[in-house]
Parts: sequence; C-alpha cells; structure tokens
Amino acid sequence: MSKQPILEIKNLHAGVENKKILKGFSLTINAGEVHALMGLNGSGKSTLAAILAGRDGYEVTEGTVTYLGKDLLELDPEERAREGVFLAFQYPVEIPGVNSTYFLKAALNEIRKHHGLQELDAIEFLALVKDKIKLLDLNEDLLKRSVNEGFSGGEKKRAEIFQMAVLEPKLAILDETDSGLDIDALKIVSSGVNKLRRPDSCQLVITHYQRLLNHIIPDFVHVMADGRIVKSGGKELALELEANGYEAILKQ
Amino acid sequence: MSTATETIEDLVKTEYKYGFVTDVETESTPPGLSEETIRHISAKKNEPAWLTDWRIKAYQYWLKMPEPTWQFVKYPKINFQDISYFSQPKPKANAPKSLDEVDPKLLEMYEKLGIPLRERGRLAGVAVDAIFDSVSVGTTYREDLAKKGIIFCSFSEAVHEHPDLVKKYLGSVVPYTDNYYAALNSAVFTDGSFCYIPKGVRCPMELSTYFRINAAKSGQFERTLIIADEGAHVSYLEGCTAPMRDENQLHAAVVELVTHDDASIKYSTVQNWYPGDENGVGGIYNFVTKRGLCKGKNSRITWTQVETGSAITWKYPSCILLGDGSKGEFYSVAVVNNMQQADTGTKMIHIGKNTKSTIISKGISAGRGQNSYRGLVEIRKSAENARNFSQCDSMLIGAKCGAHTFPYIEVKNTTASVEHEASTSKIGEDQIFYCNSRGLATQDAVNMIVNGFCKEVFKELPMEFAVEAQKLLGVSLEGSVG
Ligand SMILES: Nc1ncnc2c1ncn2[C@@H]1O[C@H](COP(=O)(O)OP(=O)(O)OP(=O)(O)O)[C@@H](O)[C@H]1O
Ligand SMILES: [Mg+2]
Repeated sequence: MSKQPILEIKNLHAGVENKKILKGFSLTINAGEVHALMGLNGSGKSTLAAILAGRDGYEVTEGTVTYLGKDLLELDPEERAREGVFLAFQYPVEIPGVNSTYFLKAALNEIRKHHGLQELDAIEFLALVKDKIKLLDLNEDLLKRSVNEGFSGGEKKRAEIFQMAVLEPKLAILDETDSGLDIDALKIVSSGVNKLRRPDSCQLVITHYQRLLNHIIPDFVHVMADGRIVKSGGKELALELEANGYEAILKQ
Repeated sequence: MSTATETIEDLVKTEYKYGFVTDVETESTPPGLSEETIRHISAKKNEPAWLTDWRIKAYQYWLKMPEPTWQFVKYPKINFQDISYFSQPKPKANAPKSLDEVDPKLLEMYEKLGIPLRERGRLAGVAVDAIFDSVSVGTTYREDLAKKGIIFCSFSEAVHEHPDLVKKYLGSVVPYTDNYYAALNSAVFTDGSFCYIPKGVRCPMELSTYFRINAAKSGQFERTLIIADEGAHVSYLEGCTAPMRDENQLHAAVVELVTHDDASIKYSTVQNWYPGDENGVGGIYNFVTKRGLCKGKNSRITWTQVETGSAITWKYPSCILLGDGSKGEFYSVAVVNNMQQADTGTKMIHIGKNTKSTIISKGISAGRGQNSYRGLVEIRKSAENARNFSQCDSMLIGAKCGAHTFPYIEVKNTTASVEHEASTSKIGEDQIFYCNSRGLATQDAVNMIVNGFCKEVFKELPMEFAVEAQKLLGVSLEGSVG
C-alpha cells in the first residue's frame, strides 16, 4: 500500500517583517506517522507551527505547504482547524469568562458542521467528555473553569492534549508539550497522545528532550538549525543528540 | 498567506437592523420650545390645570439652568428650538379605543420589531405598552391585570383615570429641579407608561414598554412611573429602537420607581436606539434620568441594563435606600462601538439602617468608542451597618477605543463597609488566534469572550430577554474585529 501524505512542506521560506526565520524548510508527513522535530532555541520550530496553524503576521516568501492535497496557506486558521489541523500551544492563552466545556463544545461543533455532521447537544457532548477525560486522567474541575484561566503550567499542557483528544485532528502539532510536565504527568500525557495515534492521522512533536521520545516513539526524528532541517533519521537520532549535543551533529 | 485575524482595529460596517422608517401619517408640532409649546402639548392631551402648571414651573426652572458639561462625552451643542416636541400618528377620527382601531401599519411595525400587539400574536406572559414617537399606541393584557388590581396603562391615561396616584408620585423621586434634562422632560414629556401594583400583589407577568422613535426631527420625552405598594412585586422591561437618520435625535426620559415596605421592582432595559454610522453621523442622544426610591422597610429595587445603542448614552439609574434594610442593585452592560460614547453608572444613596447595595458594571469598548463608568456610593450618617459591593470591569477590543472609571465614595458612618473592585482587560490577538485555531471564526470568538465577560449581568435579566441581549451584543460588535 502506498503511503498517503497528509502534510507536504516544500522549500518553505518565511519570516516576520525583515527577519527571515524559515530558510528552505522541507518535510513530508504521511498518514499514521509520528515525526519529532528537535533543534536549538530560536531555530524556528514554533514559527513553523504558527505558520501551519495560520497565525497572522508571518510572510511566506517562497515554497509551498500542501495539506491533504490542498494549499494550506490559502485557508483561514479556523478553516484549517475544521479541516483537521490542531496545534497544542507552547504557551496556551487564558480566556477569562469563557467556560472550558462550552468552548470545547463550540469548537467541536464547528468542526462537525464543517463535515456535514449533526452538532452535539450538551448531553451528548458531556458523554464524549467523560470518555476522553479518562484517557488523560484530567481533573474534571478544570473543565468547569474558564479556558486555561489560572491553570498551572502542567495543567495547561494537559488541557491542550485533552482538547486534541476531543477534536480528533488529522494533523496534530505538539509544541513542547513536555516542558512544564512532571515525570508522572509526562507519562500520562504521552500515553494519551499514543492512544490518539490512528492510521489516518499524523503527529508532529516538537521537543528538546529525548525523554519525551521514550514515551512517544517517533517514526522519524528531524534536527532543525537556522530555519531548516539539517539532519533526519530514526528514533536513534534523538539518542545520538542527547549523547553528543547539537554541535557534533551540526558539524557533520 | 491568509490573514484571518487581520488587525483588530480594522472596522467594518455594523448593520443596524431596526433602522427602517414606518410610513404612517403623523401630526407633529412645528419645531420650537416656548411656554406656548408646552401649553399646546398639555391642551392636546386635555390635561388638568395642576399638571399644566407643573410643566410650566419646570420649564421656567429649566430656562435658568446651565447645560451640564461634566460628563465624559463630546457632542455639538443641541439647539432645543430645532426639535419638534410632539409627534403622534394621525388619529383616524379620534384616539383609538382599542388595538383594532390602531393603524395597521403601526401594528405591522411592532411585529417587524418582534413585539406583536395584536390579540392573536401577543407575547406570551408579557404585557406590552407600545410608545410610538410621543404617544402610547396600545397596551396589551390590561383587563387581565386589572382583575388583580394592577394598573398598567399609558401615562396620559393615568393622568385622567388615576389622577390622585399620579399627583402623589409624579416628581417625588426625580423632582423637576433635579437636573437639566429632567427639568426639560418635566416641561415637555408627552407620554410614557404608568404602573401601580397594589398591596401584597405579585404581578403575574412581565410588564414591558417598547419605545420607538419614528418621526424625523422629533424628540422623545417619555415619563415612566412605577409604584409597588406594600409587599408588591413586579418585573418590568423596557426596549427601544429608532430608524437610521443622519441627524441626531434627542431622547430625554425620566423613570421614577417607588417601593413601599417589603416590595420589590426589577427594572430591566435593553437599549438599542440607533447608534449612528461608523463615522459618528446620526444616532440618538440618550440623556435619561432613572431613579428608584426604596421608601419602605426591606424593599428592593434592581436596575439591570444592557446598553448597546445610541450615539451618546448618559444615564445613571440610581437607588435611594431610605427604608431600613432596603436593597439597591445595579447590573449593567454598556457597549460602545464605532464612534459611540457612553457615560453611565449609578448612585446608591444609603440613608436607612442595614441598607445594602450591589453594583456590577461591565463596559465594553470597541472601534473608536469611549465608555465611562461613573458611580457614587454615598453612606449617610444615619445609615448604620450599610454595605456596598461594587465591581467595575472594562474590556477593550482594539487599540483606538477607551475605557474610563470614575468611582466616587462618600462615607459618613464608620460602621459602613464599602468594597470596590475594578479591572481592565483586552481581547488580545492571541486569544482570537487561539479560538481560530480551534475552529471558531473571529466574530464568534469575540462574542464568546464578550458574553463570558457579561455573564454576571445577563443572569439578572428575565430568561427570554437574556437570550435577546446576547444576540444584540453580537450584532453591536459585528465588525469590531477584522
Ligand atoms: N514575531 C516575531 N518577531 C520577531 N522575531 C520573531 C518573531 N517570531 C519569532 N521570531 C524570532 O525567530 C526565531 C525563531 O523563533 P521560534 O520561536 O520559532 O524558535 P523555536 O525554535 O521555537 O525556539 P524555542 O526552542 O526556544 O521554543 C527567534 O530568533 C525569534 O526571536
Ligand atoms: Mg518554540
């Protein structure tokens, strides 16, 4: 069976105002795959994630991004989300006054509407939540509070993955979901992410640490420096990186 | 790449869906204000001499008053001689005796506004008094209410049918000497609603007045008087709209509420007068005096307002807490978009012992709108153990709008407890993008955030109106983000 590409990034050049950040970034992710993206601080990982999710303020000067055969860059961020793109933020924002459950229900229903499915009512949605909450061992009280408001760093990250579990994206981008998590939480969140792996979806996991990749086992590891991928390999590349540091790899 | 969140300052047109003009023949007095005009209005309404005299006294007083300038709003000087002070749909022969005789075009208009007056289409459980320009065109459910001894009618009718009550209470809470616009209103008011709930009666339905300004160049000066006798309870709702016109129109109403021992009045307003266009052309000047007197022990007055319309809103629904143990509450959402200006808030005057007041104010500013909260909490010497809690929150959408808070506190009794909390927040591009990235469109995201911000006030509105208010808020903020 031939591989189904979900995301194809070709020679992407992008930046802000006068600063170039991505300089010829290319990557293809197929259905069923998990890719890890590693790299020095400031190498452009979050920028890539933001551009994929459609954040305003970045200028793409060259290259293409194809998502499920469509030009991703043509779509508004909400259209991307409805088409199955999900970004777990490195720094999730707080939205005071907006109840988490209400928010997530509205989001899910937008996605369902987009796909011509019936919207879920409150009762159906709560049943779904009950089911997904087990996956992440999430404190249910968080869902009664405003979106991310007053959540601890770890709680925010866990809540992001919970949203991912509910929204069931085709392309999930996890930006440093491991940072801020204690060891136990890391295990729970990773196992949650693993359970969300499906043959028709894919994940791009951005991290600095090998230890996350002990739990979320990637099919491929990419090392990024100065706006592009400088080395790709299997999961052993992360181990090599951990042992020798970036410098050794960048020199090769 | 796509630029869905564009820039938050980017404003597009807001559609005002009530902006149509109803084509009925009206009879208006020519513009101009003089003793003559007032006598003319009074004569048109066949008023008793005491009321004519009261109007004239108010007018004389008004002439000597300076126009107030302390409020945080800007507008060109109003030429009071340019306004027509009386406008009514031309009566077919005589005044309509029942709704059947009301011009069908008028009934149609109210239906278009979602306020059916005709027998078969009536709002379930809501009695409506509809005021068109200067006069009441019909009150529904009157007979049903009369069985319980409740009087709910137009002000003009009350003057004729219940003169003692009107004489006793008119001006008892807002005397004509109170302020510039109250004096003007007292001189020229044309109609309004009157409501009396007798001892021990709980009004079985919502009472509602719907105000509509239609005629060009006319001012609307209505007067509402609600009295809840001992142990009586009533919930009252006021709604307002106007056609789109490019000149400003003046609306200067007075509302007086009186509660006797153990009585309560809940007065809710959804104000949606025409706000003007995005360049600030046209719109209503809404200069209103609303005050309640908690006269009796343990009585209670609750003001809830959702202010989304008008070019300028200038109002401070207030409570005088005279009776021991009485309670005053003020819950407010004020929205300004485009060039709108609002200066609103409340006064809580504690006089009786153990009196309590609560103030929750939510101001939302978008576009180039300016929103000010102005409030006074006054604890008089006699007010042992008075309590007040105030919370004033402002939300900014975009960078060109403004929010201002002017809280005044005067405490003359050391047993008082006064708490004030305030906050200002901004809907950030980060928040919008976060919502977008979950599949929510920008406008829906803004509505969601704003509704969350206003939750505490909406829950004070009668159920069906809370839903309306949420929708209205959405419409008012349409185009507040790109
Ligand atoms: N809006 C912006 N304006 C100016 N510079 C920016 C902007 N966004 C990103 N940059 C710069 O681009 C570079 C890449 O940033 P990015 O956040 O993508 O790095 P990262 O690989 O995610 O780093 P980290 O590992 O620290 O999270 C940094 O030098 C950053 O300062
Ligand atoms: Mg980053």
